[in-house]
Amino acid sequence: MKIAVTSTGKTIESSIDPRFGRAPFILIVDDDCNLIEAIDNSTNVNAMRGAGIQAAKTIADRKVDLLLTGRCGPNAFTTLEAAGIKVGVEQSGTVREAVERLKRNDVPLADKPNAEAHW
Amino acid sequence: MIVAVASGKGGTGKTTVATSLAMVLGNRAQILDCDVEEPNCHILLKPTILTTDAVNLPVPSVDLQKCTLCGKCGEVCQFSAIVPIGKTVIAFPELCHGCGACSMLCPEKAIQEVPRNLGVVETGMAGPLEFVQGRIRIGEAMAPPLIRAVKTQISGDKFAILDAPPGASCPVITTVKGSDFVIMVTEPTPFGLNDLEIAVEAIQGLGIPMGIVINRSDIGDSGVKDFCRNKGLPLLMEIPHHRRIAEGYAKGAPLIESMPEYADKFKKLTDDISMIIGIPSKGSSL
Ligand code: SF4
Ligand code: SF4
Repeated sequence: MKIAVTSTGKTIESSIDPRFGRAPFILIVDDDCNLIEAIDNSTNVNAMRGAGIQAAKTIADRKVDLLLTGRCGPNAFTTLEAAGIKVGVEQSGTVREAVERLKRNDVPLADKPNAEAHW
Repeated sequence: MIVAVASGKGGTGKTTVATSLAMVLGNRAQILDCDVEEPNCHILLKPTILTTDAVNLPVPSVDLQKCTLCGKCGEVCQFSAIVPIGKTVIAFPELCHGCGACSMLCPEKAIQEVPRNLGVVETGMAGPLEFVQGRIRIGEAMAPPLIRAVKTQISGDKFAILDAPPGASCPVITTVKGSDFVIMVTEPTPFGLNDLEIAVEAIQGLGIPMGIVINRSDIGDSGVKDFCRNKGLPLLMEIPHHRRIAEGYAKGAPLIESMPEYADKFKKLTDDISMIIGIPSKGSSL
């Protein structure tokens, strides 16, 4: 399984950034928390609109199965759903901690967006 | 001549200035309320509305039977309003700016444009004054195309007064673009100054001459005046706080009705602006 995690930094010991579209980095890791890729999301951070949609497209292109983040707005959620990516929300702490929680089945999977649209 | 009346924040008296200016010009003027989220010139001017036209934006609708998921539409859209993803193409009409690029470039002709209503443009008369306003549909966020529709009503042979939305965002720039002059209305307080600085900076990028009107000029401090001096912005008028103005405003009466002595000051304001931009305000060729 490929997991995407929104992060403040480039390593798995970095803190999670709760914002999906506007996190500085998105880390792609495997089940054993090995880092596959650290995506620099900074162009998205400055995007006027649709940052969440673009971030969703970015991870869909990498064939990610599941996203761990804090909040996910409605447009991003629709896009992730269409790509068949599951969304684990309300995550905090480090990237490693979140992945370990996921392995313990301790992450709530969202069936609807948990943030307002960002204008 | 096109004059936009703007302000860094709401509640500074922008509409008071715009309506007064239009009223002293009378049949030589038209007022266009571009504050489409909260148009309120009509409260002071009480126009008779003669025409109401819906403003629609063409947004994409994808026929998935024809779509081959080539991805071209998603690449061309700057606003993430159309996204080929997984085995489908999602459209987000509320993000679409109606540029038409996606439907034009789709190799399969799978994208059709369907109208999405943004609001209405209304025209009418307020006494001798030509009146135009835009009203955005409730819940709609895409103001610029509606503002552009309002501005198509500018007649060219009249003095057009545009009441801009407050702030310094996209709708303000859309309103102000193409104007000959911008009047910035502000209050002489630190809050007023802060928002004024942001708005002045945004509008200066357009290279349009600008002047300042200070409302409630007897409150606050000298910060706004210092700012004008440093930036070389002409101080066009000061309107002190006056009980009769406040009472008139509360009743929905325009400033020059509750304070007739202001009619001359606003006439002089139009002359001053004409002088700054070098267009005569009198005569037929405004
Ligand atoms: S451009 Fe046309 S064919 Fe290509 S993905 Fe978009 S809708 Fe489908
Ligand atoms: S019409 Fe323009 S803005 Fe709208 S979805 Fe197509 S490319 Fe994007």
